[in-house]
Order: sequence, then C-alpha cells, then structure tokens
Amino acid sequence: MEQIFETQRLSFQYQTEPGVSGALVLKEIDLSIESGSFVAIVGHNGSGKSTLAKLSNGILLPTGGKVYVEGLDTMDRTLLLEIRRRVGVVFQNPDNQIVSNLVEDDVAFAPENLGLPPEDIRRRVDAALKAVDMYDYRLHAPHLLSGGQKQRVAIAGIIAMRPRLIVLDEPTAMLDPQGRKEVIDTVKQLCREHGITVALITHHMNECIDADRLVVLSDGEIVLDGTPVHVFTQVEKLSELGLAPPETTALLFALGQMGLNVPLDALDVTACAQTIYDSISK
Amino acid sequence: MLKDITLGQYFPGNTFIHRLDPRTKLLMTIVYLVCVFTARTPIAFGVVALYLAIMIIVSNVKLRLLLRGMKPLIFLLALTGTLNLFLTPGEPLVSIWRLSISREGIEWAIMLILRITMMITGSFILTYTTPPMALTDGIESLMRPLKRIGVPAHELAMIMSIALRFIPTLLEETDRIMRAQKARGASFDTGNIIQRGRAMLPILLPLFISAFRRAEELAVAMESRCYHDGEGRTRMRALQYSRDDALTGLIGLLLLGSIITLRVTGL
Amino acid sequence: MNPIIRTENLTHTYSVGTPFERTAIVGVDFAAHPGEFVGIIGHTGSGKSTLMQHLNGLLTPTSGRVLFQGEDIHQSKALTRSVRFQVGLVFQYPEYQLFEESVYKDIAFGPKNMGLSKSEIDQRVREAAALVGLGAAHLEKSPFVLSGGQKRRAAIAGVMAMKPKVLILDEPTAGLDPRGRTEILDNIRTFHRETGATVILVTHSMEEIARTVDRIAVMSDGKVAMTGTRGEIFAQGDALEQMGLDLPEITRVALRLRAMGIDLPGDIFTVEQAVQALLAYKREVAGC
Repeated sequence: MEQIFETQRLSFQYQTEPGVSGALVLKEIDLSIESGSFVAIVGHNGSGKSTLAKLSNGILLPTGGKVYVEGLDTMDRTLLLEIRRRVGVVFQNPDNQIVSNLVEDDVAFAPENLGLPPEDIRRRVDAALKAVDMYDYRLHAPHLLSGGQKQRVAIAGIIAMRPRLIVLDEPTAMLDPQGRKEVIDTVKQLCREHGITVALITHHMNECIDADRLVVLSDGEIVLDGTPVHVFTQVEKLSELGLAPPETTALLFALGQMGLNVPLDALDVTACAQTIYDSISK
Repeated sequence: MLKDITLGQYFPGNTFIHRLDPRTKLLMTIVYLVCVFTARTPIAFGVVALYLAIMIIVSNVKLRLLLRGMKPLIFLLALTGTLNLFLTPGEPLVSIWRLSISREGIEWAIMLILRITMMITGSFILTYTTPPMALTDGIESLMRPLKRIGVPAHELAMIMSIALRFIPTLLEETDRIMRAQKARGASFDTGNIIQRGRAMLPILLPLFISAFRRAEELAVAMESRCYHDGEGRTRMRALQYSRDDALTGLIGLLLLGSIITLRVTGL
Repeated sequence: MNPIIRTENLTHTYSVGTPFERTAIVGVDFAAHPGEFVGIIGHTGSGKSTLMQHLNGLLTPTSGRVLFQGEDIHQSKALTRSVRFQVGLVFQYPEYQLFEESVYKDIAFGPKNMGLSKSEIDQRVREAAALVGLGAAHLEKSPFVLSGGQKRRAAIAGVMAMKPKVLILDEPTAGLDPRGRTEILDNIRTFHRETGATVILVTHSMEEIARTVDRIAVMSDGKVAMTGTRGEIFAQGDALEQMGLDLPEITRVALRLRAMGIDLPGDIFTVEQAVQALLAYKREVAGC
C-alpha cells in the first residue's frame, strides 16, 4: 500500500527563549500513514499530538528527523504550498479558523489562495459544502451557526483544497454531543466515501472505534499502535497512561477480571450486550 | 445586549440596490455625501432628500430599522443642534438670559441636523444592502490603482474583512467575560471615573489575551489553507458591472450635476 | 426541608422588542435543597445557561421569581448583590476570565469584592486552592503559565473562595482530556463533601451525571421536562432520546440485556454497578 505521509525519527522541541530549547515534545517518532486509511491518534494533553499536527504541513519544522508528504520533505521551503495543499489541517476552535463572515466565502478561501479560476472555485466550494452537508447554509453568517456546524464549515474549507490527507486536531473538544457526532460522522464519510485519508487526533476513545488504526502517544513517543480493538483491550496499559477505554470495553474487562469468560472485542452497545448475554446464559 | 447593535449591519434582500456592484454603491455613496455637504438651499436639500427617499423605497429598507439605527445618535444630533442654535452669530430674535437665538442660528442648526441625518441614513442604506465581504471586495478593487503608489490594498481589505468577521465573536466574548466577573462581584457602574476605569481591567485583560490567542490561531489556520499574500490570488466572485450599474452611475452624475448647478446659481 | 434556591414560573425573553427577540425559558419551576448535588442536563439551546444565570441574579426574569432561602432575590439591590456571592457561578471555560498577575490574587478577586478582611481573604484563598489541588508554589505564579487543567482549577477556586452556599458549574470539564476531567470532578465532589454546600452541575455529558449527582433535572425547549433520581430519569430512555440526549453507554448495555431477557435492576449507570448486578444475576441463575 502507498504511504501518503511518513515521519522518520521525527523529534521536536520548542524554543523557550531565543537560543534556549525546551524539553523534547516528540522523540524520534516513526509513523507512516497509508493512503485511504482512517487513523486515530490519541494521547492526553502534553503528549505531543497537537505538535504533530503542526509538523504535518510545515507550520512547524522538525528539530530532528524528517517529515515527508507524498515524498515531499517539509524542510524544503520551496515545496511549502505543494505540501499544504496536500495536507489539510483542521483545528480545535472552529471560531478561530473561519476567516469570512459568509459561509461560502470562507470555504472559497483556500482555492482562492491557490489562484484557481472562479468557475473552478465555485464548483469546489459547492462540492465541499455538500460533502459536509452544509450546502443549505452557504449564505449564512458563521457566528450564528452551532459549534458542530461551524466545524463542518471549517472542514469544508479544507476539503475545497482537495487535499490527499486531512489531519484533524481535536476537532470535537469544544463541541456538545450533538456537534461531536455530526463532525465524526462527516469525517468517517469523507474517508469511506470520498477516499480522503484521515488522521484524527482526539482524546475521546469513542470517536476512534471505527478507525482502521489507533496510535497512542504518550510523552512524545508512540506507546501503542494497532487496531482499535487491539489497543482498547490493553486496559491496564491505558489506565497507566491516564486514558480510559470505551465504557463497553471497561465493562467486559471488569467482568473478565471477575472470572467471566468474555472476549473484549465488542465495541458498540449491541455487540457488548450480546457478548455478555452469550457468556452469562451459557 | 451588545450583540444587538445594528450599526453597519447587513439585511439580506434582492432589490435593485441589493444587486448593484458594491463598487457602484460605494461610489454612489461618496457622490451622495458630496451632494449632502454641497447642498445649501431648500431646493438643493429637497433634491437630495428626494434621491434619498427613492433609495429607501427601492432598497426596501424598513423605516423602523433606520430609525432604530439613528437612536444612539439622537444625543449627538441634539447637542450639535443646540450648540449651533445658540452660538451662531447674527441678529438676535429671542434673548434668554445671556443666550440669544438668531435667524442664522436657526438656519444653521436645521441645516446641520439635516446634513447629519441624511449622511447617516444614506450610509446606512449602503451597509443595509451590501454584505460586508462584498463591501471589502469593492474597496479593495477601487483601491487597486493605488497599489502602484505603495498602498497595500489587498492587505487592508483582508484586515477589514477579518475585523468584520471577528466583531460579533469578540462582542460575544466581552459579554461573557463581563458576566463571569460580575459573578465574582465585580461592578462596572459605581465609583468615580478612575475607579470605573480600574474596574474595566478584569474585562479588558482577558479580552486582549483572548484576542491575541485568536489572532495567533487564525494566522496558523490561514497559513494551513495556503494563504501567502495577495500575489496570485483569485476570487470566486469576480466583480462585474452590469447595465444597472451604468444606469445608476448616470443617476449619480445627474444628481451631482444638479446640486453643483444649484450651488453655483445660488438657487 | 425548604429549598435553598428555587424559581417560580420563571420566563426569560432576550432582546425584547427587536428582530432578535427570543424566549429562552418558559414557566420554569426549579428547586435545589441544602446540601443537594443536582445535575441539569439538556442539549445546547435548551435553556440551561439562561436558567443558571437567573439563579445568582445575573439575569433578571422577564416574568416569574427567583427565591433564595425563601426571599425574592430582586426585592432589593442589596439582596441581589449578596446573593451573587452566596450563589457562586462558574461559567464555561472559566480560565478565560483569569486576569491577575498571580494565581493568589486572582482567587482573591471574589473575596476582595465581598469586602472581607485581609486575613479572612488569605485563609479563603488557601482553602480554595487546596480544594482544587493547587499548592502554595502555584499561588505565586502567574495564572498564564499554568497548564490548561490547572488554569481551569484556579478559576474554579476563585468562585469556591467566596464560600457560596450554592455552587453552579456550567460544563466544568469541557475540552479537557480524561485525566483533567476526572480531576475537576473530584475537586467538585470534595468541595461538596467538605462544605456541605448545594452543588448544581450543568452538563450534557450523561456519563458525568451518572457518576456524580443525586438528582437530575432535564431541560428541553426552555422547560424543565423531567426531574427525578438517576434511576427515574434513565428509565425514560425513549423520552430522553427524543430530546436529543443519549443514556450513558453502560445503561444502554443494561437495558439491552434486559430486553434480551436478563433480569437486571433498572438503575445501572456505571461499570461497577453493572458488574455487581451481572454477578448477582449469575449467582441467582446458578443457584436455581
């Protein structure tokens, strides 16, 4: 399979003062993302996951190692625009990434920056708004939308660039459950139906259930990497890291500890109930 | 609440004026303002007022909204009117104590109030019928020739449109911080001026910090969306003049011509 | 027992007489008793935060009354002001209101506005800081160098230091990671236990509510749609779903098992409860 994004021994430290470097935020990370996949990246605050997002499109540059986007090195400043149009980054606070006070004008921002002809921009804007199901709101003012809607507009603004990879940095952290669901459903759809590679950075384990792969970061290092089921079932390791598996997995694990013979790989409510039912009525 | 401020607010519609090119509307507003300040005689004011009335009717702006927009300015109007009423030199008609009102004073006061009212109402029609983004596009386009003499037209327009975008957000935030500090017993309406000034600190400081944080995040988000500078940038909605704009321009010339004629002939 | 705070037929309309006129809450009767831990749940726009801001007099009712210890809080200006201190209100993302040069001074802002003596303020600041797990070393720092979770806790301490008889918190865990969420909820429970104050937790997280509160009020469309114990509320899963609210995941698993014929009690909200109930069930079945 083709690797769309790759880091090689990627390290990063912020400068605390001119000439003085702080602690390493990322420590020699090797991470490749397969084209078309949905990868979730989880870790608590300070694990380095937001820094990773900013390194992915050259907003930050590695202090050690390399970041490649489809083989393009982010250190090469002449490739900057090429890299940024390939990797779209969506940030946490939707208010602070919407530039225009008209939804469709905001979505047009990136294609306009790319210097596309007006007809192309219009086509991309319409398609992007339809893909996030916000087309009916194209003439609305963003500040009057709900949090989930704003974040979907922000996502549309990114997919109008037609990127190969979308990195979402805690896109649901500031949203209510309704908005969270809207955004996650949209992201999944983009990956599954539009074939866009997705890297979702989050600390809500429930949002990772449908990912192809789950990477856990802690203190700047990758500590767990595998399918969601594989990661969730490392219940003890997760709690050591200050992370909680979904409640369904926690329940199955606790039952297992009490001597019940239950497999841990049931992630949604229905499957979890079925597993318990099978085990108990045996 | 702060959110309800209607000054400079856009009300969507699809009238003749709504559909005009923003550049036409900007130029027409300038022509109109020149006329307001050139007019001196009742006839000239009548002509400008007629034009204004037609604009109000055609643009379908609700009179109630116009009047409400004027409300914050009533004090200013009253003050200017009164000052001019008493302070304009001339032959006194009525004298009260040491103040006197002259014929010239009355004329001046009426003219000033008329001018300010007409000026504001006319500008309101511009903002009522033009989305802020179209307005900034128009300004950028009109200023483009000035680029050659070093005016950063694109940057100025970008700053303006971002300011427009963030005004509601920051107003809302001010409101929220104010309530939060009130909940901790802060009061903003007691004490003398210095005390009141100090009392604003718990609002202004968090507001500044938040504005800086927003600016930083916005800059990163804009860069992530391939923003570099105005160079090579295209627009989704290219501005284009239509026949309606030509017609409007003609009306503008007519208005300007008649007002200047009236001024020169002193009618 | 008489409620410490209650509303009577409370209605609030924003921006009366403008095109933006909007009625946020209608005829709300809400009450909280001394020492109670109440949860208010409802999705965005259900009127939770409007109700909350009436309880300490930040908003004035369009109609209806707010009674604190039996007295209308708007009957005199002095009472409104004193209620503001006795009913502490922590807004969403309270760290954005920090402004002083040190954590100490920021926590002291409320008590200072109350006109307390210097020694009393000092004692309160230290107590409140301890409640949220901030030590003496943190107090002298600028609030802006703290971590996100610490900032949030410092801001909450600023309200706790007023020693309110009722503490209301709007989404106190919003935007935090799991560790930060647990810490804040622990702090709030400690405050509740040690001060005996009434605590009202406003949230849209069912899991949080399930783990914490005694009684729940569900808001929907500007009204209190239901009140009751956790068991009573979660038993009405369908009604909650219609209001756009989901039951806690564990409760849904338990309900599903019940539908499959496994006889479990109806009030299961946490992993521990589910494990106990399932083990009990298994023993019973084995015993037959």
